Amino acid sequence: MSAALTQVVATEPSNRNGYRSFKLGKFELSRDEYFVTVHWPAKGARRSHQMPADAFLRACMRDVAWNFFYGWVNFDHVIGTRNHYGNVDFYAGTFNGTLKAAGVDYVEQFDANLIMATFKAILRDWVNEGFDPFAAPVETGTAFGPKQGENIEAIERTRIATKLMPGLPGDSPLRDDMPVNRAFADVPQDEPEIHEEPGFKGQLHAFSLFKYLSRSDVTWNPSVTAVCKASLACPTTEEFILPVFHGNDRVEWFIQLSDEIVWDVGDKNTGAPRSRVTMKAGDVAAMPADIRHQGYSTKRSMLYVWENVTPGLPQRYESGELSPYPVDF
Amino acid sequence: MQVHTVFGSITDYTKGSIELVSGEARHYVFSNIFDVAAKSKPYERVVVAKNMEYVQEVMRAEGVSPWFACGHDEFALCMDGEVTVDFIKMKNPPSTAKNGAVLAGENPEGQRMGHVKLKRGHQVLLGAGNAYRFSAARIGVLMQQTVLGDLSVQKWREICFT
Repeated sequence: MSAALTQVVATEPSNRNGYRSFKLGKFELSRDEYFVTVHWPAKGARRSHQMPADAFLRACMRDVAWNFFYGWVNFDHVIGTRNHYGNVDFYAGTFNGTLKAAGVDYVEQFDANLIMATFKAILRDWVNEGFDPFAAPVETGTAFGPKQGENIEAIERTRIATKLMPGLPGDSPLRDDMPVNRAFADVPQDEPEIHEEPGFKGQLHAFSLFKYLSRSDVTWNPSVTAVCKASLACPTTEEFILPVFHGNDRVEWFIQLSDEIVWDVGDKNTGAPRSRVTMKAGDVAAMPADIRHQGYSTKRSMLYVWENVTPGLPQRYESGELSPYPVDF
Repeated sequence: MQVHTVFGSITDYTKGSIELVSGEARHYVFSNIFDVAAKSKPYERVVVAKNMEYVQEVMRAEGVSPWFACGHDEFALCMDGEVTVDFIKMKNPPSTAKNGAVLAGENPEGQRMGHVKLKRGHQVLLGAGNAYRFSAARIGVLMQQTVLGDLSVQKWREICFT
């Protein structure tokens, strides 16, 4: 990563607003008081796209924290990344049906370390003091305005790595020292009773997942809480909008533990709308391997995201060996 | 403002919906665990999510279950009610090559390890090679993360939007 850091291309801070601009291959990224602007070459011309700065930073933050995640992380309907696990595409319009058909899209592949270093440099420069891209909008300050300080602590969070289950010796910690989120003030905080026979001390394990989730200080950022071979339970707490349209390179599953989330589902390649899925407490739904999805949660909710990390899955879905739909009935 | 977090239960749940633009509802394999548990036999292991060989099974916890065991780790999440889990360190555990839970007989041979009392939202590790048995004085609901096995019941047409 250190070599990649030295390859990050950035300008000096703007005299007008204080922000640096960045180059990533032939992409140019800049921000001002309200917007992030991305330029790229296509059809012999310089093309452009704008996003509100807060939306861009929330999306970029997830892409960094999730290490480019599984498949496509669409920042919006135009720009995003595709993970090739070692290399990462950054694209503009490539997965927008209209821009792609018009030939004004552009995609360039980068070593994952370089694009990660560039995105981290962008976050360090563009996230102002008081703005936390992981937080729900009502729980953080504004992303807008000229450059004012930084918030390094907020942007250095990553997905919690759990080997088997939080709270086990040597495994990820529980969240007893974190406060209960305001939206989960009514969630019981009691832990399971564990009664071990003599000789079996420390051999039984249980914890309150709902208590654990009620103390999450971030939104839309899964944490692994159970590992069964290549099957990962990745529950998370959700409020406002999933800052990206996640395009699946494999099937994932959602189990709504509390409250409600509405999902907009679109075609993975074009973004054309396919459905709206409303999930209430106890609902279970698959997100097929050929779609993209974005969720909306008014009341902060608990969502159990369930992933399969069997090696080679993207290729097996891409080749058609595996159906994009997990069950045929 | 008063906070109200909505958790479902076997006696109080509302199923969501799918508004289709294109494609088919069955592609989302959409069900509801409380709805499934309400229509299941006690401790029937009904698959509600399947990702290749990996599954999430829903169980209606009612009375005392058989003894189960598994050659790999599993996890149970109590979604409703109160459930006690008893454990035995098996003298002859299932093979680690065997996927999914199996019945461990009426009196599995081995030492009693203890028990865990679960309420809603509590998750317990069902460690590889340990026999486990559930008991619930009133009806509860469990969701279990495991691998498809001999006891897994698949009845997708009965539980999902089509």
